[in-house]
Amino acid sequence: MFDAITKYLSSATTPGEAGSIFWATIYILIITAGISLSVIAMNWLERKILAHMQIRLGPMRVGPHGLLQPFADALKLLIKEDIIPAEADKLVFWSAPVVVTMTAFTTFLVVPFGRTHAVTDMNIGILFMLGVSSLGVLGIIMAGWSSNSHYPLMGSLRSSAQMVSYEIAMGLAIICAVLMTSLQTGTGTLSMIGIVEAQASQHTWFIFKFFPLGFLAFGVFAIAMVAETNRAPFDLPEAESELVAGFHTEYSGFRWSLFFLAEYAAMLAVSSIAVTLWLGGWMRPFPNWLSGSIWNLAFSLFPALTLFVLAGLCLLGTARMPKIPQMKIQTVGLGIFGLLLGFIGLVLIIPGVRERVQDIYWFVVKVAFFMYMYIWYRGTFPRYRFDQLMKVGWKVLLPTGLAVLIATALWGLLPQISSAIVGVLP
Amino acid sequence: MPDETKNPNPVLPESEAPTTPQSGQAGEADASASSSVTPAAGNPDTSAEQSVSLPAKPEAAAKLDGPAKPVAAPATGEKPAAPVAAKPAAKPAPKPEGPKPEPWDSDLVGRLRSQYGSGIREASTYLGQKYLVLDSTILYEILLRMRNDELFDYCVDITAVHYPKREAQFDIIYVLYSFHHNERVRIKSYIKEDEHLPTAVGIWETANWLEREVYDMFGIVFDGHPDLKRILMPDGWKGHPLRKDYPILQQDQEWVKINLGIESGQ
Amino acid sequence: MGENQPGYREWTMSDSTRTDYLDLDTKDETFLDATELVLNMGPQHPSTHGVLRVILKLDGEKVLGTECVIGYLHRGVEKIGENRTYAMFNPYVDRMDYVASVSNGLGYCEAVEKLLNVEAPPRAQYIRVILTELCRIASHQVWLGTHALDIGALTPLFYCFRDREEILKIFEKYCGARLTTHAFRIGGCIYEAYDGFEQDCQKFCDAFLPKLDEYEELLTTNRIWVRRTKGVGILNPEDCIALGVTGPVLRAAGVKWDLRRAQPYEAYKDFDFEIPTGLNGDTYDRYLVRIEEMRQSVRIIRQAVEGLPQGPIMAKVPKVIKPPVGEIYHSIEAPKGELGYFIVSDGSTQPYRVRVRPPSFVNLQALDKMVRGLLVADVVAVIGTLDIVLGEVDR
Repeated sequence: MFDAITKYLSSATTPGEAGSIFWATIYILIITAGISLSVIAMNWLERKILAHMQIRLGPMRVGPHGLLQPFADALKLLIKEDIIPAEADKLVFWSAPVVVTMTAFTTFLVVPFGRTHAVTDMNIGILFMLGVSSLGVLGIIMAGWSSNSHYPLMGSLRSSAQMVSYEIAMGLAIICAVLMTSLQTGTGTLSMIGIVEAQASQHTWFIFKFFPLGFLAFGVFAIAMVAETNRAPFDLPEAESELVAGFHTEYSGFRWSLFFLAEYAAMLAVSSIAVTLWLGGWMRPFPNWLSGSIWNLAFSLFPALTLFVLAGLCLLGTARMPKIPQMKIQTVGLGIFGLLLGFIGLVLIIPGVRERVQDIYWFVVKVAFFMYMYIWYRGTFPRYRFDQLMKVGWKVLLPTGLAVLIATALWGLLPQISSAIVGVLP
Repeated sequence: MPDETKNPNPVLPESEAPTTPQSGQAGEADASASSSVTPAAGNPDTSAEQSVSLPAKPEAAAKLDGPAKPVAAPATGEKPAAPVAAKPAAKPAPKPEGPKPEPWDSDLVGRLRSQYGSGIREASTYLGQKYLVLDSTILYEILLRMRNDELFDYCVDITAVHYPKREAQFDIIYVLYSFHHNERVRIKSYIKEDEHLPTAVGIWETANWLEREVYDMFGIVFDGHPDLKRILMPDGWKGHPLRKDYPILQQDQEWVKINLGIESGQ
Repeated sequence: MGENQPGYREWTMSDSTRTDYLDLDTKDETFLDATELVLNMGPQHPSTHGVLRVILKLDGEKVLGTECVIGYLHRGVEKIGENRTYAMFNPYVDRMDYVASVSNGLGYCEAVEKLLNVEAPPRAQYIRVILTELCRIASHQVWLGTHALDIGALTPLFYCFRDREEILKIFEKYCGARLTTHAFRIGGCIYEAYDGFEQDCQKFCDAFLPKLDEYEELLTTNRIWVRRTKGVGILNPEDCIALGVTGPVLRAAGVKWDLRRAQPYEAYKDFDFEIPTGLNGDTYDRYLVRIEEMRQSVRIIRQAVEGLPQGPIMAKVPKVIKPPVGEIYHSIEAPKGELGYFIVSDGSTQPYRVRVRPPSFVNLQALDKMVRGLLVADVVAVIGTLDIVLGEVDR
């Protein structure tokens, strides 16, 4: 048993490639749990970061610094009364959140958290991801239509129009990245792992390739992905001040929490695509520049160091807690949390572990950057109006994406073109 | 749906076929709205200069409670002072009444008087505030004229006061303001309970809701109003709350009993 | 309860399914001859600022017509006034426009003072001006925060409320209440300015101007904000005057009219301040006008604090207020527009009739004109920019 585990861990393939259903199942479970956990963490972080941007404290009561607030909320949602409106189409109403959640989680099948940390390496990985994530809009339309209410209907109509519009720009940006894998090497790939490896072999993240084309394509994608996930400033489908809550107005309790889960999972999914396509996926910074065993060791210590810093912050917070009986539980809780983080950090120092965890760490750090951007947008921007949203989609992003695609193709073909011209010339 | 069998529009019993004689002038009134609004600053009493040519107006402000002041009585001459005396006499306060309304003479009043004569019953100032009392029959004409010729382009407020004991039960009051003269005038008229007034919506758009509120609160019907229905009270409410004979206590007790099933504490 | 009894209702208030009594205009053609959508916005809706109910007739997202249903917060303030003495009614007016309660109280006290033919002493007038202008800033801050929130910017709300807190603290120190202050009495002020009042006001003024810049930094040049507000809900001066719209909405249309200047009340003639006006009368101009008004209010407060005279704070007013028989209409420039009180006295201790001319009520009437042809999102923006308070609309 233990041998099997170590043997598997030391292999350099994904479970899909290895054909191991058992390991694939384990991976799926771990990813599902991990996504759910990160949604909970994201919930807390968003509240705290947004609160600090807005000069308030955010959740402070449930647990130290409100750390347990998301759990309390989840519990509240689970035990809340589950209401299906009398006029709703029950079956569709019931299945809409399931569809949305399923699609959001299914996309993670092909996300490579590391060279071996993916359920499978599909040769059409990016297509699969796009296709499945687009199915999410079906769930939103189902939710809006089956609620039999005006606000959800308008929300879902907005959502579908928005997703269809921005998917095109998004697709164009993705094609740029796919072109970049094939150009100059002649070995194009749609596989997510293949794309990251192409970046490794070309010694550059695609965001910097053909500067500024890669950067532009990344920009188009970064805007389109915010619109795809219905987040501020493109959060029209659930524009709180206009449509109450948009497509999930009539949902409550657990069903509503599924939408919530799906929204954050979708954010993580598109961020993962962005990281994979443009930011070098699981690769650590400067893998070619700062190579050598010293640098390898230094970078592989980052995960543990991050956790130590977090643990230190927690322990510092414990020390600074007011020394009064009422805060005793909070203080002890924060201390235990800090120690737990420190312990995980210690585990991550173990050489075998740190080598394997390093990929995941860098991937997560890059995704976290996008998550922070999402929160930042929300704290800063007003909301677009529907026609302006469409204008941005069709009149700005689409032409830019198209232009970047053509320019990328031309740039990539430059050697062939020049040689052809040279050949024609006498 | 408990109400499907009921009359969907029961709050408008009498205004089913409103006709405004001069509703065609609405567009005219709008077209003549001046765009160059230049309010004179800092001079609240531009027309304070008084000329002494006209005979003194009756100083009485016997607007309250007394059944006096018959609607059709000509107002130019000296009015019977009986209602004036009656009201203060009834009160024990021995000290003299405060400021009295003073006659208000200006070009505006002169022009109006020369045209409408006895229709202008009173033109006075009280504490520096000018007001005209008109026959309700010429109300619409005067309002239109105030708006178009005298440039009182801003209708501040329309409201009413109820005097249940008087024959003409209601005062209807239009507060007008002129951006050109920086001057504010109240136009007032006495109307009977079942008397209808022509709507001022064609003159000032703002009259729409203000008249609806007067209708809601007092039950005064404005003929030709585009949408005369209750505005603050719920549709289907009976009674007009700001009338003096509206029983608050009884209303509260009944409502509590019917809707809450308990005895009201009032 | 009989059918002819007062209080009898033909149908319940809460029946939101009825639309047959609405006068939504049916002339407009819809795109592709599609069926119109009648959307009921409110009375419970995040951005109708209370209990406003707007019924929208939509063609897709385009607004073909609106109908405002108001009165959900009707408390019969005018009727209450008829059944209370003059002094007893004073606290009630604070409950109308509850974000600018000081202004409401000022208008009422002044109207009764005029009816009594007394005038508040100079020191009381200056204190009143200071508090009213602080209140104008507070009201505009609430407006800015909620308006920005309606358009989707979350953060300005918290900035505004942070700074409004300082104003409320001054109110609390002055009269013990933060929101419904009842700060003034008929005849002047009942409370002397507390020790350090002047310093507090100066400190607030000094601290507030940079914070105002902070708000502007977040919004004024923000491209999304400009696109959401420029050209939205245009009201030209003619429409404004015809609709009786006053306050910043009128001034944003370019009409330089402010009652503090046109018919100065209190001590306003002593102060030097500008009346900001807009050019286009759109939502963006209204935003700029209100921001500038806050600056001018700070200017007035500074002048008033510097020139605060000594002396009594209460005029000679009888213990039992019994104005002589007569009527008075008095109006002031409240943060939202012309706030007028029409009081009829019959010589007794209770007003015979109190009529409030609420700026929000009259301004709200312009909503239909402003939003026709715009999108649903603009309706929200326009409701925000009109700066209505439902307590005042419904009274």
